[in-house]
Amino acid sequence: MPARARPPTRHAKNAWRTAVTSALALFQPGDWLTFLAASVFCALSFPLAWNGAPAEKAVIRQNGRIFAELNLSRDRRIDVPGPLGFTAILVEKKRARVVSDPGMHQYCVRQGWLERTGEIAICAPNEVSLQIAGRKESYDSLSY
Amino acid sequence: MTRSVIRLKTTPEDHRVARLAAAAIALALTDSAIPLPLPGIRLGLANSITLIALARYGWATAAWVTGLRVVACGLLLGHFLSPAFFMSLAGASCSLCALALSIRLSRRCFGPLTWSLFAAFAHIAGQLSLARLWLIPDNGLLYLVPVFAAAALVSGTVNGLIAARLLGEAGPVHALETQNA
Repeated sequence: MPARARPPTRHAKNAWRTAVTSALALFQPGDWLTFLAASVFCALSFPLAWNGAPAEKAVIRQNGRIFAELNLSRDRRIDVPGPLGFTAILVEKKRARVVSDPGMHQYCVRQGWLERTGEIAICAPNEVSLQIAGRKESYDSLSY
Repeated sequence: MTRSVIRLKTTPEDHRVARLAAAAIALALTDSAIPLPLPGIRLGLANSITLIALARYGWATAAWVTGLRVVACGLLLGHFLSPAFFMSLAGASCSLCALALSIRLSRRCFGPLTWSLFAAFAHIAGQLSLARLWLIPDNGLLYLVPVFAAAALVSGTVNGLIAARLLGEAGPVHALETQNA
């Protein structure tokens, strides 16, 4: 194959442009793929790691209505009345959990501590839910 | 008293490793003199030497060059056997593992840039894991992942481009290898 003759550039009009084009020439086809994947990973890591606002309060709902909003920086325990009895909720060390619930399966109790914005524990039989919220509302991608 | 002379027999391979390691150490020292806003983030210019060693002589040479550089820089910068040393050791070993895998990719499609990006991301993965397990056992460290990932993207690309450029032309690297040979 004959060597490709390139006309000599009289003036480097724009040094940056030549630098960029010569850098781009070093990319092989697969390198673009890797670079793209790495960029996507970087872009995705920002919203994933910095997920919304910091947790500020625990929102407790009973039968769909807000029963109480507890500030997470104050430790306390609260009993929420429902059709089956009382659901006990505990706030401690900037996190919250359902301590006891009259429901059968105890799913919301077994969920343990909730500490990040948007986390929610639902005690369906007793119609009580506990959700961690920041100052801003973060959307639930499933229901929004 | 008898005078004993210890003579080490060195092979051309040893000379090559020494020469490449010397270049890597010089670059790493230069690197550590460049101030950057976050601790632990560096350009990692010495990694381009690792990439060149990998492309020219294979993984074993690259591993030697990297290992020597990590130990020598630890001694020269005064952090040998300190947490910073183990952080750089963790990063370097993870990078070398990633390089061992990425070198198996088809050379027709994937070049030094791909290797470099793999190594850079493996580097931060190794460092963050060690930091999480040992130095700062708290999940708050995850908040730094995007910053480190962005740094890995930039430094991986820069070092990959440097290595690709130097591998493309015979000039400086060739001189580095044949000097005093």
